Amino acid sequence: MELLWLAVSTIAIGVFGCVAWFWGSNWLLDRAYPPKGDKAGDNIRRANQIRPWLFLGPALIFLTMYLVYPVLDSFWRSLFNSNGSRFVGTDNYTWLMRDAKFRESMLNNMLWLLVVPVLATLFGLLAAQLTDRIKWGNIGKSLIFMPMAISFVGAGVIWKFIYEYRASGETQIGLLNWIVTQFGGEPQIWLTLPGWNNFFLMIVLVWIQTGFAMVILSAALRGIPEETIEAAILDGASPLQVFFKIKVPQIMGTIAVVWTTVTIVVLKVFDIVFVMTNGQWGTQVLANLMYDWMFRGTPDYGRGSAIAIVLMILVTPIMVWNIYNARKEVR
Amino acid sequence: MADLKMTNVAKAYGDVNVLSNIDLTIRSGEFIVFVGPSGCGKSTLLRMIAGLEQITAGELQIDGQVVNDIPPSQRGIAMVFQSYALYPHMTVRDNMAFALKIAGQSKDQIRQATDRAGKMLQLTPYLDRLPKALSGGQRQRVAIGRAIVRDPKVYLFDEPLSNLDAALRVATRIEIAQLKASMPDRTMIYVTHDQTEAMTLADRIVVLAGGGIAQVGAPLELYERPVNEFVAQFIGSPAMNLLPGTVRTTGPVTTVALDGGLEAEVAIPTRPEDEGMQVNLGVRPEDMRETDGAAVFEGTVDLTEALGEVTLLYFGTNAETAPIIAKLPGIHPGLNGRRVRLTAPPNALHLFHEGQSLLYRDGPPPPYEVRAAAPSGSMGSTPAAPGDDPDRIEDGLIKPQGPVR
Repeated sequence: MELLWLAVSTIAIGVFGCVAWFWGSNWLLDRAYPPKGDKAGDNIRRANQIRPWLFLGPALIFLTMYLVYPVLDSFWRSLFNSNGSRFVGTDNYTWLMRDAKFRESMLNNMLWLLVVPVLATLFGLLAAQLTDRIKWGNIGKSLIFMPMAISFVGAGVIWKFIYEYRASGETQIGLLNWIVTQFGGEPQIWLTLPGWNNFFLMIVLVWIQTGFAMVILSAALRGIPEETIEAAILDGASPLQVFFKIKVPQIMGTIAVVWTTVTIVVLKVFDIVFVMTNGQWGTQVLANLMYDWMFRGTPDYGRGSAIAIVLMILVTPIMVWNIYNARKEVR
Repeated sequence: MADLKMTNVAKAYGDVNVLSNIDLTIRSGEFIVFVGPSGCGKSTLLRMIAGLEQITAGELQIDGQVVNDIPPSQRGIAMVFQSYALYPHMTVRDNMAFALKIAGQSKDQIRQATDRAGKMLQLTPYLDRLPKALSGGQRQRVAIGRAIVRDPKVYLFDEPLSNLDAALRVATRIEIAQLKASMPDRTMIYVTHDQTEAMTLADRIVVLAGGGIAQVGAPLELYERPVNEFVAQFIGSPAMNLLPGTVRTTGPVTTVALDGGLEAEVAIPTRPEDEGMQVNLGVRPEDMRETDGAAVFEGTVDLTEALGEVTLLYFGTNAETAPIIAKLPGIHPGLNGRRVRLTAPPNALHLFHEGQSLLYRDGPPPPYEVRAAAPSGSMGSTPAAPGDDPDRIEDGLIKPQGPVR
């Protein structure tokens, strides 16, 4: 009960605090520079210069507190030893370069980077095109979009059941092994198959991200002027040629946005690996490696922070490109 | 040879009939224009010829071959869209080459064809640009070029000038006319709602209304001998005035007693049994002249619009019925609020009974010949309307004047 009160009052303070801030600061500004009298013009101009900063102020402060400061602090910590007591310079980074597990994580991340965005975008594009053309397309779309609503951890658990292993002769409760045994095959411990297990994990993310890609690309496909398609049909293009030579090039900008967005999700992938294999059997990825060093066993803040910084450096350029593309789309 | 023949063609969307009983033969090399009010199905008819719309019933033949179920690209047609429909990601050259590439022509052939089209349409300096770097007129020329390179038997134009500004529209219209002149054996079908385009470009105009063909004929035939009130009012701007009345005397020349008490003589023959018949007298605004003799219309000018070249007089703008409009050549200041008597030559008048022209009562009238205009008043000779009878109609009271300063 106490908790409930706490929640309600927090919300109330938050909402009314916001209103009070915007209304109050605006009121004060108008008092300081009244938009009337001799210097009305000057006052309005000055107030207009200050007002954006007043309104943006809270957001800027919180962004600094929760984004900029942690980044800088992470970088600073990455230059210290495991408990932050001794400055070690770039030692943590040189250690990273030589660490086998880090190299495995980098390699796996690259693999994820190659496979997942391509597959998610491709399947999304196919789903968008095909569901647009059939009667029950909207139901199909909802089904394909549904995984987007499932948390990564939830998705990991669901797929763990699909890959579940029971010894030969026992009842198979994993879907994949059940299918395999139905065809007379031997049940496999899928998540430990070296090399392959990475792809079994990637499928989960593809399954989740395809819905996202489909929704965005479907909107883009519908935005293509119908006449260009009709003109192509008159020019003798087959449906496949219309799709690949007329439609896809016209939504290339949107495809780039989808592709980079999925790429960023992929670079940060953590939950799926954490839940399903925890980085064992050669499936380690950067985010999970960072978690391992940061919070498991004897925490090593220095090495954990160094991995985090590497991850951030990888994501940033793609992020910039993504925003650039998205803006170009809006224009 | 690319005759195009439609037999009983119809189009329906579910239970809604858009077009029905379309019978039309278009001869090879003709320039045909479809006109009609919005929603009359003119674009739909064009898209059916193109193959972009299914034909619900009837038969469409191109070159003697039934093409109802033949895919668009194999019908020997090319289409120019109102919105240009250029492929935005391809250069001008690639836009024009697309159809040829699909058809598997060699690189040399494609280059030749696109070079030629580029030269024809003055697009050579722009061949390597993307459509977004072109002006509206240039884009439309690329769209035309895309049709030309395919060398189709039939060109289809769907309101190609509607997205251009007024000056460019005139220029592009002339270009299309020249293009047609340079390809006398190619058939062109052109959809527009713009009368000027229809009148200037067409060999024959097809007026569509109410889901069917209202009239087919040469532009001036539609102007001078409209088959019904709809065509009469649709062709010509401002629209033809309709004055209700009854037939008083019949014969080779008919006298009509108009509802306001005036009388008009019309050079349209009527039968003796027509006496007392309700008719609408049709008179075009541009055929009306001021008179102080016998008038077909008398009223107080509510509004004038001076365009310099002509002056438009509006009568009865407050009434619920359509206002009567007269178009007098030249400048006429100070007419507002004055009472004016107007007349028109008997052979410029039309008679309609229940919406249909009396000219066409006994089947089609003898072949149409252009009614040549008398020398125009602007050159200083008799300021008379075509076919004016100087004995009966006196000179206008108000002579055209020089510009008012």
